[in-house]
Amino acid sequence: MPNTKDDVYGDHISHKFNDELLELKTEFLTMGGMVESQVERAIQALVDNDGHLADEVRAGDKKVDQMEMDIDEEATLIIARRQPTARDLRLVISVIKMVADLERVGDEAKKIAKFAIKLNEEGQAPRGYVEVRHIGNHVLAMLHDALDAFARLDSEQALRIMKEDKRVDEEYQAAARTLLTFMMEDTRNISRCMSVMWVLRALERVGDHACNIAENVIFMVKGEDVRHTPVEEAEKVVGR
Amino acid sequence: MSVNETISSAAEQHENSVPVQDVVTEKKREDMPVQEGKTVGLPYADDPKFKLRNVEVFYGEDRAIKDISLDIARNEVISFIGPSGCGKSTFLRCLNRMNDSIDICRVKGQLMLDDEDIYHSRRDVVELRARVGMVFQKPNPFPKSIYDNVAYGPRIHGLANRKSDLDDIVENSLRKAGLWDEVKDRLDATATGMSGGQQQRLCIARAIAVSPEVILMDEPCSALDPIATAKVEELISEMSESYTIVIVTHSMQQAARVSHRTAYFHLGHLVEVNETSKVFTAPQHELTESYITGRFG
Repeated sequence: MPNTKDDVYGDHISHKFNDELLELKTEFLTMGGMVESQVERAIQALVDNDGHLADEVRAGDKKVDQMEMDIDEEATLIIARRQPTARDLRLVISVIKMVADLERVGDEAKKIAKFAIKLNEEGQAPRGYVEVRHIGNHVLAMLHDALDAFARLDSEQALRIMKEDKRVDEEYQAAARTLLTFMMEDTRNISRCMSVMWVLRALERVGDHACNIAENVIFMVKGEDVRHTPVEEAEKVVGR
Repeated sequence: MSVNETISSAAEQHENSVPVQDVVTEKKREDMPVQEGKTVGLPYADDPKFKLRNVEVFYGEDRAIKDISLDIARNEVISFIGPSGCGKSTFLRCLNRMNDSIDICRVKGQLMLDDEDIYHSRRDVVELRARVGMVFQKPNPFPKSIYDNVAYGPRIHGLANRKSDLDDIVENSLRKAGLWDEVKDRLDATATGMSGGQQQRLCIARAIAVSPEVILMDEPCSALDPIATAKVEELISEMSESYTIVIVTHSMQQAARVSHRTAYFHLGHLVEVNETSKVFTAPQHELTESYITGRFG
């Protein structure tokens, strides 16, 4: 993390407070990196038919859950000790909310890993994996960019992620249609195609969570809540 | 119209005259000049109790208040915050001419209470201070009985002709100050024997006894423990239904808890006035942000 940007949270009279906020940010980004890797490896396990890797992903979710609780506790203590205001308050509140999003992303990764194991055991020719890989890469990039926007307090990048979400939804619809065609071609495909559909659904949710994180970044930087508002409104807020 | 509506509708009218400065991040305090006479946020209200324009206060040659314009709405609780020496107490004391007692102090500008000039040469200052009461940082009861402390004002202002009227005023004032149940059995006891929190609430009762329209409070809780503070804050919330309250405080949490609007002073300038909820979550001016987040002070 570049030091210059941390000055935004690092110039309090109380150095201890600076350290606490920096620690909170760092922990959040660590958890973010962990969750990114969980999703990446879950997709890998699925497309490579790697049951062992899928098991690892499922086990790894416990660490993600633990981090969620640790960060929440840290944020609670900061509120109790420091009564943060303005941008400090927005940072703490946003982290509390974004941590919940990250934890849900972790759950989606676990879900994908579960289907990877199931599909591996059934052992038939892959159908719809091209779509999984494609959407997977897309939402992983979104998640990465959202965490990056958080680290750099970049509300413009956050806005771009909000716009990306619509494209993911479209890709998901298209992939769902493709899988439907496979199912109609041969009814024996239905079970496994449904599994892949669930995977796609999980990935689409990852995109939604990345989008939530982006919305929180805009709140942190601009002080305005852009959830449940049209992208055009968010655009105005970011442009201010 | 509620206090908030009054203020925001006035803001629309004044929108063109009120400069709005973007939040600038990553700037040091010395890079953030305050433009004289320019206050960001919502400094104006419709039909204000106080209309204050281009107010300047001098201590000899020293200009302590620099071109401040502000409206204080009726039945509003407004907090003045800012670092020591920023002029918030000086400005507060202009509102009932408490600065008159300081020889070298001069006040310029337009200060209106209900469209009457506070500093008019023929203004009756005693009558003004009955309308605009004051509570100080340290509780300062008279070394008399609890009863006499509260009865003093109504007596000198001739508000009660009969003993029973005076009794009523004393009881009502003590009730409003949340003190009646604690002292009703010892009204003749000396006031200086009460606890600090009780003394401060007695001073509030004393201020209320002359039926003021406005109550000025200069750090009313800084000498009190958390429980007494909570009681006084509770009282402020209740009193806001009947009075306009201006409170100077060093406790930002207190400002956040009790006031509708918060005004941030810096080196004699009024930097920002906004709804309290906005000031403490997303202040408009970088100096306000720096102060309330503990970056300097």
